[in-house]
Amino acid sequence: METKKQISTLQDVKDKAEEDKRPLFFGLGFGIIFGFLLHKGGATKYDVIVGQLLLIDFTVLKIMLAAVLTGMIGIYFMKSMGWIKLSVKSGSVGQNVLGALIFGVGFAVLGYCPGTIAGAIGNGYLDALVGGLAGIILGTWIFAVMYPKLKDGIMKKGAFGEITFPRLLKVNDWVVVVPVAILIILILYWIEKAGY
Amino acid sequence: METFTSVFTDTYWSPYVVGIGIGLLSWLSFLISGKPIATSTTFARIGGKIEEAVTDDNTERRSYYKKIKLKVNWQWMLVVGVVIGSFLSAILSGNFQVGVWVPTLWASSFGDSEVLRVLVAFAGGIILGFGSRFAGGCTSGHGISGTLQLALSSWISAICFFIGGIITAHIIYHLIA
Repeated sequence: METKKQISTLQDVKDKAEEDKRPLFFGLGFGIIFGFLLHKGGATKYDVIVGQLLLIDFTVLKIMLAAVLTGMIGIYFMKSMGWIKLSVKSGSVGQNVLGALIFGVGFAVLGYCPGTIAGAIGNGYLDALVGGLAGIILGTWIFAVMYPKLKDGIMKKGAFGEITFPRLLKVNDWVVVVPVAILIILILYWIEKAGY
Repeated sequence: METFTSVFTDTYWSPYVVGIGIGLLSWLSFLISGKPIATSTTFARIGGKIEEAVTDDNTERRSYYKKIKLKVNWQWMLVVGVVIGSFLSAILSGNFQVGVWVPTLWASSFGDSEVLRVLVAFAGGIILGFGSRFAGGCTSGHGISGTLQLALSSWISAICFFIGGIITAHIIYHLIA
């Protein structure tokens, strides 16, 4: 009896260990599709990314807006059905204005961002692998060193927490989703009409 | 004629097809893994793992690394997948770059010095890595996954990413070059 119980407990532990690995395989699979799409869109290339920042090539904005439009409608539909929960990042003026402006400077100097640099490495670009990757890792380490000081200082300035526009405006989700969807379609229409 | 296989061997797809594809992928990511697509924390975890490997075991772990937890997780595997997926697409379409250190656009203004480009990429990477953790996300985590959830933090971040990026790119190519 005692032994049997032990065996079943061991089996449970083993099952649990195997079960815990499944998210990793899904992560890998989603990553492979994401990387495949980024390359097919040209977003693994310095010229396309910096071309966007120089406002001569609008590929990156088209990809992002089409992704946000598609994603937003599906995510809010699934939320309304109770199938998923949102995963919203908390924020503050210090983090999302100052931090994001610093990010933007690095974005233009490097010519890749954290997701597209992984794609650029897969695409064979050596400036991404040797220069950019090492720089990003070092930059995040510098942040980790400074974090104890930053988190109670500038990162708390103007904190607004984990809030979405529908919650902020205290309206039904679709009151925001529909106008944002229309706005994105209009922006894409203007970009095409302007000949980009 | 467009055939099933030629879709995969084409170097480029319409940006709208790619964007809709990423949007559909975000549905699956939420539905199956309960997580938004994001990448930049992984680079911080790699940095923390490197620090752990080179310092002795008794060193107290930095508070930031305690917060993000230094382990190979779902997002880490996603980043590995991005490298593989881009490689597959590049190989299938004959677009894999061999021995390319200097992007064409960069070379047109700053010449073809490999050392200069790598140093600038390194410096840019430091600023980008620092900024991504400061802002709490990057072009994927805030720019796509956060904005599609209509998060205030992400819309402000995405707009500031582009304001900072557009101004800096214009300084680099119109004032410095």
